[in-house]
Amino acid sequence: MIDLDAIYRAESGRVLATLIRLLGGFELAEEALADAFLAAAQQWPRQGLPANPRAWLVSAGRFKAIDRLRRSGRMKAATPELTRQLEEEEQAMPAEPQIIEDDTLRLIFTCCHPALPPDAQVAMTLREVCGLTTEEIAAAFLGKPAAIAQRIVRAKTRIREQRLPYEVPAPADWPERLDVVLQTIYLIFNEGYSASSGDALIRHDLCAEAVRLLRLLRELQSGADIDGLLALLLLHQSRAAARTGPDGAIVLLEDQDRSRWDRALIAEATALASQAFARPPVGSHTIQALIAATHAAAPVAAATDWRRIVGLYDLLLRADPSLIVGLNRAVAIAMRDGPLAGLALIEPLTKGELASYRFAHAAEADLLRRLGRTAEARAAYLCALDLTDAVPDRRFLEQRLAQL
Amino acid sequence: MRYMCLVHFEPAIMERASLPERQDLDRRSLAYDEWLRESGHYLASQALQGGDSAVLVRVRSGEVSATDGPYMETKEQMAGFILIEARDMNEAVRLAAGIPIAEIGTIEVRPVYEIPVPPAP
Repeated sequence: MIDLDAIYRAESGRVLATLIRLLGGFELAEEALADAFLAAAQQWPRQGLPANPRAWLVSAGRFKAIDRLRRSGRMKAATPELTRQLEEEEQAMPAEPQIIEDDTLRLIFTCCHPALPPDAQVAMTLREVCGLTTEEIAAAFLGKPAAIAQRIVRAKTRIREQRLPYEVPAPADWPERLDVVLQTIYLIFNEGYSASSGDALIRHDLCAEAVRLLRLLRELQSGADIDGLLALLLLHQSRAAARTGPDGAIVLLEDQDRSRWDRALIAEATALASQAFARPPVGSHTIQALIAATHAAAPVAAATDWRRIVGLYDLLLRADPSLIVGLNRAVAIAMRDGPLAGLALIEPLTKGELASYRFAHAAEADLLRRLGRTAEARAAYLCALDLTDAVPDRRFLEQRLAQL
Repeated sequence: MRYMCLVHFEPAIMERASLPERQDLDRRSLAYDEWLRESGHYLASQALQGGDSAVLVRVRSGEVSATDGPYMETKEQMAGFILIEARDMNEAVRLAAGIPIAEIGTIEVRPVYEIPVPPAP
């Protein structure tokens, strides 16, 4: 039995990536991709799986596109020049593996082009690179398929109208463009790991797609930032099983059953993070991964090396001087030096710029609880609850309130 | 998945067109159906006569009524449909964009709803 769906998920992004380069645009390439898979569905069950399915699909897609351009006047975009060029290239098959790999990078960078809005980058990447359907993307993000479909259509129109080049960015632009790609992958993972709405805390499919994308990116291109982000995502994933209780509520890091953490993932990620740290400049994902690895190294919560974690947060604050990092650093300081020291840093945040950030109020509430200031803790938990829609998060906060 | 492409257009535009223009559109529409068939997307299609040829049927309290269509007030009319098989909504949109009448009218793309079979009473 040939599982065409699985092959589609694994290969469609790479085949599409090459067809876009060969045919000069998304539309022709998508048509050719559909044709290629139709041909595969007809021929593979009878003739067996070809030795190199990817090359077979590229070749079939290109052949179908040429055939169609020749026969019909339907496609105005098809200039005689393109047809001739394709015919000439027909002889030059198979393409160099390196060029094909660059095609996938081209596609990833095009889907994550800074000229596209972030939600369009996410939708484009999941559909064109990962081979998810519009309906699957909509289900993962709890959106409507019609809205996702429009987002993708608009993104493609923008790529065409603004003539965004189908290329791997030049070395000078590389760091900035790679950042957008990593940010997009992080967004995909985050939505899967900490769903902003709905009643399942972790949507494993999105997490798995983000990790798959990153592993793919890493196959194509080495980079400390890529390793650092992969390490971070794997460390988050290693705790997935211990992160929710039987009732679906969040289990805090300190209360998690550490025997349920995935030790193999932790070992892989810790090695990746150390390697990335050895290659400066050290990016913020790598530092975050090292923080997560420090937690993972503690056999019990009480054995956590908070001195090291505060040191890493100091480093992180320099790489990424944001309020959220400041908040997390304050929590680490509370663990190292006591709740009062943390509270002194958090209070200005919840009264100021993080007033509408639910995690800031939850952190403040927790420190107040530990200090025995129950009434203030209750008010802070209620503040956090007010700002929370996701069902597991609400359940957790309600539990804490009940325990006061 | 199956998607219904409902074709809407303004009849006035068609009436203003010359005979060769109309024949060209018809030719291209038939050719597109043929192409959909070859590429495995085609399930069914049908063009419809104008809304002024329609009869509306209702049954209320067992009484059957039949009246003329009230379609004349709307400018765009449903002129036909193509039922297609597509991998997802975005593929359906791409296929709908190739329907020649999309150049003068509007194609409404709707995913097919499978009515769940109710349990026997």
